[in-house]
Amino acid sequence: MSNLIKLNNNVASIVDNEWAVVKLPASQVEARKQAGKVVLFKLTGEKTVSDEQLTNTVIPDTGKVLIPLSVFIARKTELQTRINQGDIGVWLDTHEVLAELVEHQADLNQLPIIAVHVERFADGRIFSLGVLLRTRYGYKNELRAFGDVLRDQLFFLKRSGFDSYLIRADRNAEEALLSLKDFSSPYQGAVDEARPAFVRYNRVT
Amino acid sequence: MYKYDEIDQQIVNERVTQYRDQTRRYLAGELSEEEFRPLRLQNGLYIQRHAPMLRIAVPYGMLSSKQLHKLADIAQRYDRSYGHFSTRQNMQLNWPKLEEVPDILAELATVEMHAIQTSGNCIRNITTDQFAGIAPDEVVDPRAMAEVIRQWSTFHPEFALLPRKFKIAVSGTKDDRAVVQMHDVGMEFYLDSNQKVAIKVWVGGGLGRTPILGTVIREHLEWQHALTYCEAIIRVYNLHGRRDNAYKARIKILVKALGIDAFRSQVEAEWAHLKDAPNTISQTELARVSKHFEAMPYATLPASDASFDAAVANNPAFAAWVKRSLHAHKTPGYRAVTLSLKPHGKAPGDATSEQMHVVADLAEQYSFGELRVSHEQNLILADVKLSDLFAVWEKARAHGLATPNIGLLTDIICCPGGDFCSLANAKSIPIAEAIQMQFDNLDYLHDIGDIELNISGCMNACGHHHIGHIGILGVDKDGSEWYQVSIGGSQGNNSSIGNVIGPSFSADEMPSVVQKLIDVYIKERTPEEQFIDTVRRLGVAPFKAYVYAKNTQNTKDEVAA
Ligand code: SF4
Repeated sequence: MSNLIKLNNNVASIVDNEWAVVKLPASQVEARKQAGKVVLFKLTGEKTVSDEQLTNTVIPDTGKVLIPLSVFIARKTELQTRINQGDIGVWLDTHEVLAELVEHQADLNQLPIIAVHVERFADGRIFSLGVLLRTRYGYKNELRAFGDVLRDQLFFLKRSGFDSYLIRADRNAEEALLSLKDFSSPYQGAVDEARPAFVRYNRVT
Repeated sequence: MYKYDEIDQQIVNERVTQYRDQTRRYLAGELSEEEFRPLRLQNGLYIQRHAPMLRIAVPYGMLSSKQLHKLADIAQRYDRSYGHFSTRQNMQLNWPKLEEVPDILAELATVEMHAIQTSGNCIRNITTDQFAGIAPDEVVDPRAMAEVIRQWSTFHPEFALLPRKFKIAVSGTKDDRAVVQMHDVGMEFYLDSNQKVAIKVWVGGGLGRTPILGTVIREHLEWQHALTYCEAIIRVYNLHGRRDNAYKARIKILVKALGIDAFRSQVEAEWAHLKDAPNTISQTELARVSKHFEAMPYATLPASDASFDAAVANNPAFAAWVKRSLHAHKTPGYRAVTLSLKPHGKAPGDATSEQMHVVADLAEQYSFGELRVSHEQNLILADVKLSDLFAVWEKARAHGLATPNIGLLTDIICCPGGDFCSLANAKSIPIAEAIQMQFDNLDYLHDIGDIELNISGCMNACGHHHIGHIGILGVDKDGSEWYQVSIGGSQGNNSSIGNVIGPSFSADEMPSVVQKLIDVYIKERTPEEQFIDTVRRLGVAPFKAYVYAKNTQNTKDEVAA
């Protein structure tokens, strides 16, 4: 059974997953991808993914595929027809920088889906990435979380602009649906509802 | 104080339901230890040495009588009939059962309380000056803004899982009592040249392994933008703060790594997009919340009271208490009273259920039904008439709440340490108790005068040892417990971080080490000098020389005689 939850007009349901994730081939060197180090990469220009990995990434010839950000940037020309057909989505890790995606793909809405991979559920960078994609870069299509996605983070993911959640394979997506409704009326404005409670309601007592 | 409306109440009620289900799933094995950990932490539940510890939020330190009665009942029913007030102005239960925590939360929700975000890698309880609203030196009462920030930070989705804990303090006085420079974000409210409320924003302060004072990131921020500006700061931190090493994950490390100028320009770049977003605080909202913090219905009283003056003149014990325990009040004829939770020989900050009931009754009878928790771990009745002070003292004294040691050596700030905390290197409470017994002589304590002694059981610095005039830190040497001593730390406007005097000591040596530090001070001080002044004037050297000199005797008998 599918473990993918999607929101449609604020109604969540379990749907089939039509997107296959393309992965980078394993690298010889353990990728150093913790935040903080990324700041260093930026300063030194050191790359997190090797050229070899980029060229060796196997992209299936047909079907809807999610491409790693670095591969998408490096091999965009090769993919252009399929991008135009709406068969290409991009996925990124939480340590990657959105500005790089925007630099190479000015119109994000040409992508039917962007997915963020969260390696450990406690990594809250995913929320800021969602917020930035929705509010700063005006991205309107499907925004998916995948990886270590667990029900207790769903409410925050939803508020941060994600509308698609691939629940970790060993967990029950049906049960996870319940957590999207943990709180009925949050205090602060966020992506799903920009107005804070004090704007939405007349709280004057 | 702030009273919940339906929206506030619904949020805490829904939290109880959510957490009850999370606990159920954990107990049923549906959530792993690791998955449950951040969930329980964000509800204040630690797994400690002997039992879990539950930290209950006391937003910016304010409690009603009703709430304190409830805390007393909860401590009695679910714990061992006492609670511990912490340096974050919260209350901790040391022996609750994990399975019963949802019931405790349900009880708390009935009195508009919760344990939300009292721990974990998220925005923690907002703290402020314990004398907010009544202090004569106050320029802006920061409590309404503290409440607005509390609501905004509660379940903020973008900042639900930060690299590390994030603490915000607000103050609005000339004399900073909220230690804003020691927080991840400190907000100092003031009136600008147009007499408008503005905020000076500090960032990157903090204690812990790498103690550092905050830096000003913005001198002038209009109050409306407090939330969006915080969002800009925390977003930069959330994205770039280190997540590979918990000891390097606080915002202070990021600010230091980037430099304040680079960090500021990143924040300002974010804020350019966030400024005037819907989270900008409206005048209506501030006015609504401020209503809850309006001045109490004070009586019009003369500045002095004959019965009070007479009691001070005739009763030396009362006079000694008055000297230490009162704080000036904006309104003539009123005082703020600090009730000491530091009786000699007891764990600092602990209160029994019986004492909590007593304090709640005192607040009800004499202080408009409200009280406060200070970060020095005492309880405060903020609005007592001069003519009622004697009655308050008698009742407090009968219940061990009137030790006249506020601000003196035995008013020790102390974390729970090795007796309870699983992170501890060493015990802290027995050290505090031993020092209190060493100096169990009130005349002598008054002679030593104002001094702050802070104890932490490990680098995490919950006992704020870096900013104690005397700071004691538990360290681990080859598996046994030792104590490192520093002097010269300070909170307030002249915040500073103490200097370590030398190699650490065993627990047995600690009372005499403190004694020797005091001896040097007594010998060297000028008539006007407090301990901290003498340390600043002379530096560490003479203290160090005397403490480490060979063959100096324990001078206790000599001095106490
Ligand atoms: S300072 Fe260390 S020992 Fe003390 S409470 Fe904090 S973590 Fe525990």
